[in-house]
Formats: sequence, structure tokens, C-alpha cells
Amino acid sequence: MTAAATAERIARDGYGRLLAFLLARGHGFAAAEDALADAFAAALSAWPASGVPDRPEAWLLTAARRRLVDGHRRAATAAAAAPDLLRDEAAETDAEALPDHRLALLLACAAPGVEPGARAALMLQCVLGLDAARIASAFLVSPAAMGQRLVRAKRRIAAAGARFALPGRAEVAARLPAVLEAIYAAYAAGAADPEDGGALAGEAAWLARLSAALAPEEPEALGLAALLLHLEARRPAGRDAAGRYVPLSAQDPGRWQLPAQAEAETLLRRAAALGRPGRFQWEAAVQSVHAARRVTGRTDWAAIRLLYDALLGLTGSPVVAVNRAVALAEAEGASAGLAALRAAAADPRLADYQPYWAALAALADRAGDLAAGAAARRRAAGLATDPAMRAFLLGG
Amino acid sequence: MQVMLLIYDDEAAWERMPEAERKAIYGAYFAYTAALREAGAMIAGEPLQPTSTAHTVRLRDGAPQVLDGPYAETKEQLGGYYLIEVADMTQALRWAARCPGAAHGTIEVRPVMSMAAMAPA
Repeated sequence: MTAAATAERIARDGYGRLLAFLLARGHGFAAAEDALADAFAAALSAWPASGVPDRPEAWLLTAARRRLVDGHRRAATAAAAAPDLLRDEAAETDAEALPDHRLALLLACAAPGVEPGARAALMLQCVLGLDAARIASAFLVSPAAMGQRLVRAKRRIAAAGARFALPGRAEVAARLPAVLEAIYAAYAAGAADPEDGGALAGEAAWLARLSAALAPEEPEALGLAALLLHLEARRPAGRDAAGRYVPLSAQDPGRWQLPAQAEAETLLRRAAALGRPGRFQWEAAVQSVHAARRVTGRTDWAAIRLLYDALLGLTGSPVVAVNRAVALAEAEGASAGLAALRAAAADPRLADYQPYWAALAALADRAGDLAAGAAARRRAAGLATDPAMRAFLLGG
Repeated sequence: MQVMLLIYDDEAAWERMPEAERKAIYGAYFAYTAALREAGAMIAGEPLQPTSTAHTVRLRDGAPQVLDGPYAETKEQLGGYYLIEVADMTQALRWAARCPGAAHGTIEVRPVMSMAAMAPA
């Protein structure tokens, strides 16, 4: 990793911690974010040359504090804010003692008052310090519209009187599902197929690992982290040296990233030990079966089909129905898969869902219906955003 | 709502392109147009002849002026368009991202004004 990349990773880690800390200290979103943005920019320009300081958070906090003090002076509220700022100074001398309020921040980002379409974007901005324009592009939303959405969401959070205190276990259990849902949406942002991951896949996987670390007693948090680590481990193998798309079945398991897969397996085992199965754990288990091909040389499609049966019963999701049909085709033959796929197509949400048409093309071909296969392949190509996927479907 | 997708690309690069690559792009546009049609979003859309075939016309002091070439010399040129029917801007941006031209050129997404709303009473 380059000095700049290391500096950025550490600065991002510090950004979320410090924003959560400042919010918990009663600073408003706008003031805290402005101060941190300056500190963050200063860190990114100084650290690659000077090296990352021993206590990066203390460094960032000092830089941010200066700006906050200036802001308070300008706003002539120095008297009211002084004790707070003095406490910050005390914390700064011992960065190890900075309590991590990021779980509270994540929960606030997915609070019921925050519109679901803004939650993932809000987490990426508040916890990772990503800029709104980049987030907007990844979600295929105009930067101005995304900016308004984020401002509105922060106003809601402030109006709801969030204190960003360390949440209790019951509160975490009740509110974490919305957080995990939003992180999963961020992973898939802009991608036709959630399993392929979008422009923010790496950042979303980072948030999932963070959630798992902050809520280790929540099996679904561990499950989501395992799922995204498995998907990320395979991503590089999804392209050949010339940049062409390589479907999972044709991927060389030797190109899968073993450390990420091992971490995913550890998380999944810990989740299973908690004895509360759920959607993300089952999705991760599917990816775990795929990962086993590295060792066994084959894919246990019957096991995958059973997992998708369970997932379909739980979620009723048309996306799951498509994946289940593909597994069924592998386990019981193309015509069984095709019948399941056509039954799933009754859901109008699949009309523009690119992976449905790609699956239909493959299964129709295998069942010998070449005309239907060609028509579905053309539709899948027309709905593709990724040029490599489009070229693969058009045989280029 | 009706939205125009204006496809800008470097036409010189297009002219230098090997035949096989050009064919692949035609194939991609063919599939994209079919997907728009099957989704009920397609109103119209065609590629344009190169800007070397363009003329500009204006009246100055009552006298017409006809010039060879496009209105503006730019690095990327208008090379084609789609007029689509969508529910909102979110859908329009999604279709723009799927347009094969987005991978090498730029798609400008412009909502169409409704003339009906402006007609004199």
C-alpha cells in the first residue's frame, strides 16, 4: 500500500470516530463536519510525506479543535461551549481513551425518521468521510439531489434529538437490521447485480466489517460482513487479464483472495455459534459453498438450492427467486430451473432486472429453446451498465 | 416525463476504429434500443451522420447565411440521441448509464419541456 493510501485509510478510520465523538459531545453536524473536513484534508496532505503520526486521532482532533474554537468564537458562543472544548482537550492527551461512538452514529443514520434512500449515503459520508458527489454518482443520483437528501437527513437526526450515546444491547438488536440493510444497499449501489458490487463496494465492505466489530453479539452483522468479504474476495477473479468478464463458474479459484475468505469463514462460524440464523448469514453461507470449490473442485448446488429455499421463504425477494432458479437448474436440470424462473417473472420488478434476463438466456439455451435464449440475451445486454458484461453477453 | 439522451463522443476516434470494434458497438446499441422498446421507454432515437455533413443556417439582417460544419467546434460531438419516456429523473439517469455511449463518451440527460403546457389559451 502506498503512503498516500495508508494515510487515507487511517484518516478515514479517524474521521468516523471523531465525528461520532464530536456529535456525542453535543456539537452540531455542520460545525463538526466542517472542522473535520479541514483536519482530514490537512492529514491527507501532510501524512504521506511526514508519515502517519503515532496517534492519528489525536492529530486529527487537535486540527479539528482549532477550527471548532474559531467557529465558536465567531458565533460568540465561546462561553457556552468552553467546558465542552476543555473536555475535548483532556481527551486529546490520551487518544486511546476516545470512546468509539460510531455504532451510535450508524444507528442514527438508519433511524426511522431518516428516509431509507438516504441512509446508506449518510453512513458513507459520516463514517467514512466520502464526499457527497462521489456517493451521488455511485447511486446514479444527481449531486444536487443527493446533497439535499443528506442535509434533510441530518436535520431530521438533529430534530430527533439524537445524543449519540453508547447504545444498549436491546437498542442495537432492534435498530441494527436497518443499518445492515443500508450497508448492503451501498455495496450494490449502481450495480445491476448486487453480487457484483458497485462503485462503493470496498467502502461498504469496510462498513460491514466495522459493524461486525462494533456489534459482535449480533449474528446478522457478522453474517453481512462474511457475505461482503466473500464477494470482495472473488471480485478480482471476475475479470481476465484483458478486462473481460468472467462468470463465477469459469473463475479460477486460485485467483480468489484467501485471507478475505478465511476471515469470512471465521465470522460466519462465530455468527452460527450465536444460534440466531438470518438472511445475511444464509447469503454468506451460499458464498461459502461457492468458496469451497477451491478445495473440493466442485460446487454443491443441492446445498445452495436449500439455502435459497430458506431465503425465499424468509424474504420473498424476486432477486432470491432468480438465484434459486439458477441453483435449481444446476441441481435438477435446466427445465426445472427454467420453470422456476418463469414463475418468478410474474413479479413486475424483474422486468428491468438485468441478471434475470441473463439467467433466462443461459437456462433457455440449455433447455434447447435457442430463440428465447437469444431474445433474453439481447435484453440482458441492453440492460447492462458494465461494458464488460455487455460484451460477454454479445459474445464480443 | 420525456427526456432526451444526447450522446457526445469523439467522432475522429470512431472513424479510426477497427471494423470489428465498430460492429460490436452497433450490436450494443441494437440491444440497448431493443431493451428501451421492450421496457416501453422508447419514443425515438437514431445516430447522426458525422459533423462534416452538418450545415448551419441563420438569418442576419434578413439575409440567410449558410455555413459548412457544425454550430460549435468541440472535443466531443453530438453523435446520436434517444428520446425516452420515464417516470422520473432517477429512471432517466439509470437508462443513461446503460447507454453504450456512456462507456466511451458522455450522455447529456435533458428533460423535455412540454409545449402543450405553454400553448396560448
